[in-house]
Amino acid sequence: MRNVFLFIRKYSNFLFFLLLQIIALGFLFRYNKYHEAAFMNVAGEFTGSINQRYSKVEYYFRLRNINEQLAAENLRLNQMLRENYERPAGNEKTILDTVLTDSLREIKKYTWLGAQVVGSSVNTQVNFITIHRGTLQDVHPNMGVVSPQGIVGIVLNVSDNYASVMTLLHRQFKVVVKLKNGGERGTIEWDGISPTYVSLKDIPKSAKLKNGDSVVTSQTSSIFPGNLMVGTISEIVDDKSSNFYTLKVKPATNFFNVEYVYVIANAQYSEQKKLEDSTRKKFQ
Amino acid sequence: MSELLKNILRFILFIFVQVFILFKMPPLHRFITPYLYYLYILWLPFSMTRASLMGVAFIFGLSLDYFMHTPGLHAAACVLIAYLRPFVVNMLISQEGADKNYLSPSITSMGWAPYFTYVFVLTLFHHGYLVFLEWMSFGSFLYFIGKVVATTGISMLLILLTELLFFRKEKFRTNTV
Repeated sequence: MRNVFLFIRKYSNFLFFLLLQIIALGFLFRYNKYHEAAFMNVAGEFTGSINQRYSKVEYYFRLRNINEQLAAENLRLNQMLRENYERPAGNEKTILDTVLTDSLREIKKYTWLGAQVVGSSVNTQVNFITIHRGTLQDVHPNMGVVSPQGIVGIVLNVSDNYASVMTLLHRQFKVVVKLKNGGERGTIEWDGISPTYVSLKDIPKSAKLKNGDSVVTSQTSSIFPGNLMVGTISEIVDDKSSNFYTLKVKPATNFFNVEYVYVIANAQYSEQKKLEDSTRKKFQ
Repeated sequence: MSELLKNILRFILFIFVQVFILFKMPPLHRFITPYLYYLYILWLPFSMTRASLMGVAFIFGLSLDYFMHTPGLHAAACVLIAYLRPFVVNMLISQEGADKNYLSPSITSMGWAPYFTYVFVLTLFHHGYLVFLEWMSFGSFLYFIGKVVATTGISMLLILLTELLFFRKEKFRTNTV
């Protein structure tokens, strides 16, 4: 027993070092796996409020830019006012017999909530933005986030008044998008190389495409409504060994100066997710 | 100004400079991330015990982590260099008892060459460990080597500039240990 104490006393520094390493790595790997870190709620409130003070200063220098973005967005919106409404069924004709409720009535599936960006990063392999809107203002994880120019990311973590959003420039970001022209669906990811490009995978080689084509969101992602701008194709990489293209896409959103975003709540997200999960389970 | 107050101010300043200036810069290349914040740990006084060095480094790293949404990543690297710091200092200190006569590691207390060797070795350890942890979740070996080398180069440049701009005059204290 005495030797044990002597050992601990002799190597106390090393043991303390190991202990701190284990705590730090525990935080890190737990966060990578579940995206929920110890004290993230408290720390999120704190860092969020500091970020907000900073962005208040920076905000004035960007007013001109924001104005231009909002004007362009207004123009786009005026051209497609009914885009957020979606019919639950296809276009088959239903004959009303004894049913009193109209099952074809439109529901509001997506609700848009405005939010200000108070913190952002583009320099690392895991880039986030912080927005000033949290649980108390109806923001929850897995909601889509778009800027006036195009999609930004997905809400990952929320505290009371702030939320962190995983941007397109995050190594674990993945969302289903489609080509505007042909409608072929693929997955958008980031390879971590340059913050000005993301890559679009799994586009079949039968698709007709050329540089400059638009890539838009697909309603199958269940996070974003359909036909929101994602970016434009800037390079087509023809991989001879595969039946799919890998495309280099230039995101429409400028992550360096995004100031205002919209959080999109899908009223039927959990229902769709539950159905898809239970279907997947049946085949496992 | 008391040494404790100075270090608390430095703590806040280094975090803010890293988060709001260096991480806000438009990225040059994927291998280059400008890191300067860990200079705080290299500037801590000689008189601190190894355990308290590690404790401060852990809290310091973790506060940066909460800004960057990477809990534990920078904390782990900071604790590593805090643990290694006394070894490197003991190896490199040139004058007998310089760690007693001066307050903290600097160009005046250690001399140009030993001080920059000290900075270089710990920078290499810090970036090596940090990028290694990043590499475990994604990336290739080329990414690992390239990023460690490029980031170390940029960090050394930033530290040299900081040392020249904010030259720390260290008072020689008498040998009363």
